[in-house]
Amino acid sequence: MNTPTVESRPRLLAAASFGGHWIQLLRIAKALEPDFNIHYLSTDPRAAALIPDGAKLHIVGDFNRKNIMRAFKSAAQAITALVKTRPHAVVTTGAAPGLVLLTLARLMGCKTVWIDSIANAAELSGSGRIAKKIAHRCYTQWPALATDGVRYSGNVLNLNHSTK
Amino acid sequence: MIFVTVGTQEPFDRLLRTLDQIAPTLKGEEIIAQTGAGASYTPQHITTIEKLTTDEFDTFISRARIVVAHAGMGTIITTLTKGKALIVFPRIAALGEHRNEHQLATAQQFSSLNMVQVATNADELLAALSAPAPTATISDQISPTLRNDLTDFLR
Repeated sequence: MNTPTVESRPRLLAAASFGGHWIQLLRIAKALEPDFNIHYLSTDPRAAALIPDGAKLHIVGDFNRKNIMRAFKSAAQAITALVKTRPHAVVTTGAAPGLVLLTLARLMGCKTVWIDSIANAAELSGSGRIAKKIAHRCYTQWPALATDGVRYSGNVLNLNHSTK
Repeated sequence: MIFVTVGTQEPFDRLLRTLDQIAPTLKGEEIIAQTGAGASYTPQHITTIEKLTTDEFDTFISRARIVVAHAGMGTIITTLTKGKALIVFPRIAALGEHRNEHQLATAQQFSSLNMVQVATNADELLAALSAPAPTATISDQISPTLRNDLTDFLR
């Protein structure tokens, strides 16, 4: 089998806030690792402990609706990460800093994918409802939430809903 | 040992108070809690730690007989991956414990898949601690359909 070197694979920037979003993103990144050259972005230096040895990690500031002014600093850091990484595509599980990164990435011509957190079982997250309009693809992890603009193809836990 | 975690983003005094209340009926079993910053309730029967490192967190989960937690996805995934029994005590936004009510919906969905037990008050929590349900273990892989779909699109 002819395995291309890591550098020759399409470059992917995988991004998520630290915590539950990050744990979900890492499971996705692990599944994509054989086919992509993955760079990482999170909101807390503790994220470094969980990525593969030698993988590149960018940190941006965290914010939410309560401290929205911090979004500007986070956006500036996201632009720096995008310029340095020059990714072919950006994948994020959120939350707000992921949405800002995804928006900037789209403007810079990257493929963009939003995967809404599996925590959102009853409705798409607030960030997800915005991401749906910006990202090339928007996924939910719950079959009941799939609509025209929101795909369901499974989830990060490989839960089988049909056994319910 | 009962390990309790409410995440590190915001306090969850109601869970600590509820556990502290029922602790005397738990036959002296040790209770250790990661409380996050800003907790205003000081429990009498619980050892509290404000913020754990990832390694410490994993160690406490592994050591615990059972885990009691808010419906945070990091905690749910880490606990189920280690095959530990998990009781979810959801934050209620109407009580100012979260921005929206998604924790209740998350808890109910995972409960309906028989992955976790849900408790919303002292009686339910005591019942779940006394008779834990069989634990569900989750795979460390994502759904193959999701992986294939993403790989095809992102290439």
